[in-house]
Parts: sequence; C-alpha cells; structure tokens
Amino acid sequence: MKTEIRIAGLGGQGVILAGYILGKTATIYQNKHATLTQSYGPESRGSACSACVIISDEEIFYPHLTNTDVGIFMSQDGYHKFNREAKDSALLFLDSDLVKPEEKDAGKLLFIPATQIAEKLGKKIVANMVILGFLARHSGIVTLEALREAVGSIVSKKHLELNLKALYQGYNYQVEKVR
Amino acid sequence: MKNNHLPLSQSHFINGNEACAEAALLAGCRFFAGYPITPSTEIAEHLAERLPEVGGIFIQMEDEIASMNAVLGAVWGGLKGMSATSGPGFSLMMENIGLAVMTETPCVVVDVQRGGPSTGLATLVGQGDMMQARWGSHGSYEIIALCPSSPQEFFYQTIQAFNLSEKFRVPVLLMADEMVGHMSEKVVIPPIEKLEIYPRRYTLKPPGEYKVYQRAENGVPEMVKAGDGYRIHVTGTTHDERGYPFMNEETQKELIPRLVDKIRKNHKELIDTKEFFTEDAEVVLVGYGITARTLRWVAHLAREKNLKVGVLKLNIVWPFPDEVVLNLAKKVKALVVCEINMGQMVREVERAAKGFCEVKFMGHPGGGMHSPTDILEAVQQVKA
Repeated sequence: MKTEIRIAGLGGQGVILAGYILGKTATIYQNKHATLTQSYGPESRGSACSACVIISDEEIFYPHLTNTDVGIFMSQDGYHKFNREAKDSALLFLDSDLVKPEEKDAGKLLFIPATQIAEKLGKKIVANMVILGFLARHSGIVTLEALREAVGSIVSKKHLELNLKALYQGYNYQVEKVR
Repeated sequence: MKNNHLPLSQSHFINGNEACAEAALLAGCRFFAGYPITPSTEIAEHLAERLPEVGGIFIQMEDEIASMNAVLGAVWGGLKGMSATSGPGFSLMMENIGLAVMTETPCVVVDVQRGGPSTGLATLVGQGDMMQARWGSHGSYEIIALCPSSPQEFFYQTIQAFNLSEKFRVPVLLMADEMVGHMSEKVVIPPIEKLEIYPRRYTLKPPGEYKVYQRAENGVPEMVKAGDGYRIHVTGTTHDERGYPFMNEETQKELIPRLVDKIRKNHKELIDTKEFFTEDAEVVLVGYGITARTLRWVAHLAREKNLKVGVLKLNIVWPFPDEVVLNLAKKVKALVVCEINMGQMVREVERAAKGFCEVKFMGHPGGGMHSPTDILEAVQQVKA
C-alpha cells in the first residue's frame, strides 16, 4: 500500500513539521517507508508552503507525488494550488475557517476548525497537531499512539503537554461532514 | 529538521545532509571548514553543533577558497577534514582541489548540486557539476566522485568517500543533489564497530629515512603529520619524492603518471554500480543520484507493460565504469541516459559504449526532476 499526502498552507503554520511528524511516525514507529520532500524556496513565514509525504509498505523510488490520496489544506492558496492533483477517491482535510472549497470536491471533504481549536488551547501554532490528530482518526494512515510517540520525540518537554492536547482534540473532534 | 543530541546507532528520520554530517563524524572527520550555501547548509549547521561535542573543530571561513585551504592544513596537521558546498562555492574550490591532488592530501568535498550556471536556482535541484567534478581544476589528474540517491546512501557514501580518500590520497568528491540533500527518509546508523573505517596510513620509518612522496602500496605514499619530528616539504609545484620543487620535464614525468596511475591502475577496485532488471533488458536506463530513483520507478512501470527495461545506477561516477557500460552496450538495443543537466555523463556513456548500441539522451535543465511518463515514452520510441 502506498499513500501520497500533500500538506499545504502558509509558512509558520507548521506545515513542514506536520509532514516531518507524519514521516517519522510512519518510519520509526510504524516500521514503514516514508519520504518527505518540501517546496523549498527562499520564502519563510507568511508565504505559500507545502510538504509532500509518501508512506508505503515498500521502498519508495520516485519521491514526487503522482496520485494524491490525501490533501491537508490550511490556507486558501494552498488548496487552490493543489486540490486538482487529488485523485477522485482522495480525502481532503480542511481547516474550515481558512479554506472555502470548490463545489466539485464536495464528496472528498472533511472539515475541522483546527486553528480555532488551537487558539482556544492557547497557541494557534499547534493547529498542525490538531489536524494530525484529526487525520489519524479519519484516514488510518498513522495510529494515534505512534503519532503521540513521534510528537514526544520531537517536541521539547516544556511544550509537550500543549501539543498532545491539540493532537487529542483533533482526534476526538466530532466531524461536521464525512462523505 | 533540528534534532539536538542526535543519538548515534539507531533509526532516524532525517534528511540527506544530516545523514552525511553524522557519517562524517563516524568516519573520523574532526575538522570542517566551509562557507554556508543552500542547499548544503544543513551539513555545516549540523557539524557546527556536533563537531565540538566530539572534540573536533568547526570553522566558518570567509569563502570557499579559504575553506579548502583550511581543510588541507588540518589534514597535514593530523585530522580528517571535509568541506561542503554547492555550485558557486564548488567553482571557487577548484584551484585548491587541484592543490589537494598535487600534494596528495586526503579530504572530502561535498557538492549538493543545485540548478546552474552561476547563482542559478539556489534552492532547486540540478546535476550540472558532474564534468566540473572531473575536469574543474587545471592540469592532468584523476579524481574519485560518488553520487548518492537517498539519505541512507548519502550516509554510507560519506564513509566510503573518507575511506577512499585515505586509501588513495586524493580529494574525494561527493556529488549529491538538492533533492537527496533535503529529502527526509529513514536512515539507519549502525554502531561504529559495524562500520569499516580506513585509518590514515602513517609511515613507520624514522625521520631521516622517510621521504614524503616516496611511492608505497598502490603507488600511494605514506603520510606523516606536522609536529611529529619529520622535516617535510609540501608544495603544489612539481616536486620529487622528497617534496622538493624541481621545475623540469624529468620530475613532471615521474610525478604526474604516478598521481594518475593511483586511480587508473586501481580502477577495478573503484567500480561501484548497481543494476536492476538488466538480465533480459532491451533498453537500459542509465543515471545517478536522485535521477536513478526516477529510473527505477520507470523500470517498474515499464515492466508492468511488459517492456524489457533495466536500470544501471552509477554509485562511483569518477573514475567512469567503462567496462560495465561496454558489457551492457553489447547486449542491449539502447542505453538511455537521464541526468538533470543538458548532457554531461552521456558523453562518457557514448564513449564507453563504443558504438555497440544506440545511446539516447534525456536531459533536464534543473529545478525539477524528469517526469517518469516522459522517460517511458522515450523508451517506447527505441527502434525495435
């Protein structure tokens, strides 16, 4: 099985970190193969930013996405730039406050107000954790336990509680609409 | 991704540049001099943090010319040393890479290739420095260059590069690319006891009997380090076996063939290629670095369509594996060479194939990778 994931948003939202955590979860804690590549430009905070993660049971040769199975979109620009590459059966996870989807994607969408949830927790930068928890619940790509271990291995002790809280809130979020 | 106090010998999810830096430490590198440049910066960044932890020295120099000089000095001072850069910095290093060749100073230079010429595409992939690696410095010389296609391979090739540089006393060039440098994958770091590390061959001769450039095993002289009581002279000028400069034809005729033969006469040992599905292949795709992965994917797609396509992946690109290419050329219809430049290693493939088969070229100017479907189409166009 091979899953191709596109995560897109703005620099500073933790898009690349979310990709890194997914990759680390899959390789180190779920014994799969994973490749993370990122659109790497001179820009940083506030500009368009995207990460590509491929997770597979077998060795991954070509590291670019050819058939996107999962999209995670945290900005309107990111959505518009990449929603067309998603295949018909793809799942698209959207931050409902930040992205207005196109009609034609209606059957693929899952919404979560990730940034709003993160803000209520005290820091909007953990929106990426919220969306990862949500993803674990509805995609089956990674397990919550493995995600938690990966987050624990990356985030400093001081911020771990907040990040895990965000992860759980995303996981336990009552979904507004499943296709 | 920042990952402080990276514990060694276990599985990591890290990028190629970090894998390279950790491997350098395991290979015994204790000196890094460089000037940060995208997309190689993570190597410098990582070593700036890690080298002091293991008693090594990291120094950021004023430019890449000075960086190379500092590395050469550190090596004669008794350390294993390296630098890392990308195209523009690699250009600046050329003069002193030649100095390393002439003074037989073992060292490793990493070039994480980006799109060129000039400033080009600072943050995007290229493979356009392949001929520069071979011919960039002036004069007649031979060099060793390797191309990794994954972070894990970048790890092992870094160790291999240090080993080869010590064994043959040449600068070894690690020709990575932006994709391999920046992509994160699982990298297994084995315990150091499981790694083969080639130590520097220091002389056992006492001062007085030792001659700094006297030919020893494989034509490679034995080394000493500054401060051990040996009086030596190391120069980029043509020199005799004592290291004394003699600017005449006789000395040149003695020195240069020996330098070149260190590689040429041992080239069999320096063949490192990997073949996939070549047993029955009619078309073989040839590539290195990140492109080799695209080719393996194309071969996979081709086999699904019952097309007999194989892959030749070059791990050591210089010296070029002539025999391997010739053997394949004798049994296939075509070799299709793919690289992220406008035609470099394809010239070597054409030369080595000696007309036994068609050699097709598919270039890419850089900034991205070949599309697998484009290559597949080209394969299908090979005349039956």
